[in-house]
Amino acid sequence: MRSSLRWSNIYLWLVFIVLYAPIIYLSYYSFNSGGSMHGFEGFTLDWYKEVFADTRLLIILMNTLVIALFASVISTILGVIGAIAIHNIRKRTNQNTLLSLNNVLIVSPDVIIGASFLILFTMIGIKLGFASVLISHIAFSVPIVVIMVLPKLQEMSPTLLDAARDLGATEWNVLTKVMLPFIKSGIFAGFFMALTYSLDDFAVTFFVTGNGFTTLSVEIYSRARQGVSLSINALSTLIFLFTMLLVVGYYFITRRSRGQVSGQQGSGKEWGLVNK
Amino acid sequence: MRAAEATFPSQNVAPRTRNFYLVPYLLWMLLFVAAPIILIVYDSLFDVDGNFTFANYGHFFTPVYMKMTFSSFWYAFLITAFSLLVSYPAAYLLTRTKHKQLWLLLIILPSWINLLLKTYAFIGLFGTYGAANAILETIGIGRQQILFTDFSFIFVSVYIFIPFMILPIFNALEELNPSLIDAARDLGASPWTTFRRVIFPLTINGVKSGCQAVFIPALSLFMITRLIAGNRVITLGTAIEQHFLVTQDWGMGATIAVFLIIAMAIIMILTGNRARGRR
Repeated sequence: MRSSLRWSNIYLWLVFIVLYAPIIYLSYYSFNSGGSMHGFEGFTLDWYKEVFADTRLLIILMNTLVIALFASVISTILGVIGAIAIHNIRKRTNQNTLLSLNNVLIVSPDVIIGASFLILFTMIGIKLGFASVLISHIAFSVPIVVIMVLPKLQEMSPTLLDAARDLGATEWNVLTKVMLPFIKSGIFAGFFMALTYSLDDFAVTFFVTGNGFTTLSVEIYSRARQGVSLSINALSTLIFLFTMLLVVGYYFITRRSRGQVSGQQGSGKEWGLVNK
Repeated sequence: MRAAEATFPSQNVAPRTRNFYLVPYLLWMLLFVAAPIILIVYDSLFDVDGNFTFANYGHFFTPVYMKMTFSSFWYAFLITAFSLLVSYPAAYLLTRTKHKQLWLLLIILPSWINLLLKTYAFIGLFGTYGAANAILETIGIGRQQILFTDFSFIFVSVYIFIPFMILPIFNALEELNPSLIDAARDLGASPWTTFRRVIFPLTINGVKSGCQAVFIPALSLFMITRLIAGNRVITLGTAIEQHFLVTQDWGMGATIAVFLIIAMAIIMILTGNRARGRR
């Protein structure tokens, strides 16, 4: 028993190390004065200075953040509306149909989403660039928000809404004073998912971004195709730290709010949507 | 939750508000779910010059594209198989650890990091003078060409998909009633028999949704094929990207996309309802 326990720990540690090694390797060499990802010559912060001196890169960073914020706010609003719409449908079969249609964009490969949106934008006549990227990010984030919000709506007892109505609340009051506060944690989770999806997206953006507009992922791709440059390492390290901060923050906030509401333990299921 | 809904069907919801909420949502669905699929099918019926034709479909069934489709499926199969092979034991061992939530979080965390960064890291790791070659040299095997081979492509893909495979299997294992395993042991089953006859059949849904979460994206990978496989491997995804963004032959690209969508639908039917596996 003892030795099997040790072996299982070794296996888990191995998986764990393999999962993290590339990222650590990348970060380690971002401090290399040698200029390549082998043979560490000496410690330097030059690559970080280069990143911050690169105005083009900073503009791209701004673009990425602006797109992510706008896309996640708008898709959260649309997604909450969508979740309420699905929840309000009386017929079970209609509800399920709508839900499966909702999931189409979640399970579709990025390449298909990108290609079909490219056709769509050219047909409608939207110029490829900021607008097309923003619209497609909103479009593929909406179903994720719906999926995150819907379980919360289903948890809510309909008698709660009836009580509010009986006590004379208007529909607007019911929405803002009863329903939205109840599903708050779902909305927050949806917003966060939309934010990370948007920040993370490469394939869809790659298709619908024109010549003039770039996001960080696309920029890293085109730089990486030209080979190793340690300023990408420095940039990657910064993005990595930022992501960690975001995820850990999210984890603790949802954990705390869940603990207050129902006291249930995290089951790991809430991470299921990270699927790309 | 389900039981409560069955006893109180949502008849109490005011019908007045229903249409109001549905309007923007259905509009979104029409524009970004229905229209794109229709447009893909529509575009696949035109050639480069914009003439209506079925030639693209004829073209798809020529040996060149058939071979590409088969190799794409083959690679996706390999990636899924290796991911499963690594992930099942990992998920199983995860459920046995003391702080399993923390462990799970640590395993899932890398999936939040931008795909590009992880792929880029492997360019360095697998490079001629990278860490992988340094290790090979110390063991005495000597320097090898790792980057731009099938091995590197499959390794990096498996690396990226492992968390997506572990998660559904972990959830399925968590739902498994431990007394069933005790019962099997008490009745004299060996550990292997217990696994084969009790644990695996009961977690098959998790395995299915894991395979689905890996196989479909693996069919359509295109960035990794370019950066890691150096255009040696051409998947359906790479072909679509090539046609849309390089050769500008949208008709052919759309045709491949149509087949990819069909393949995706078949896989989803075969591996059962995705929503069920996720819940």
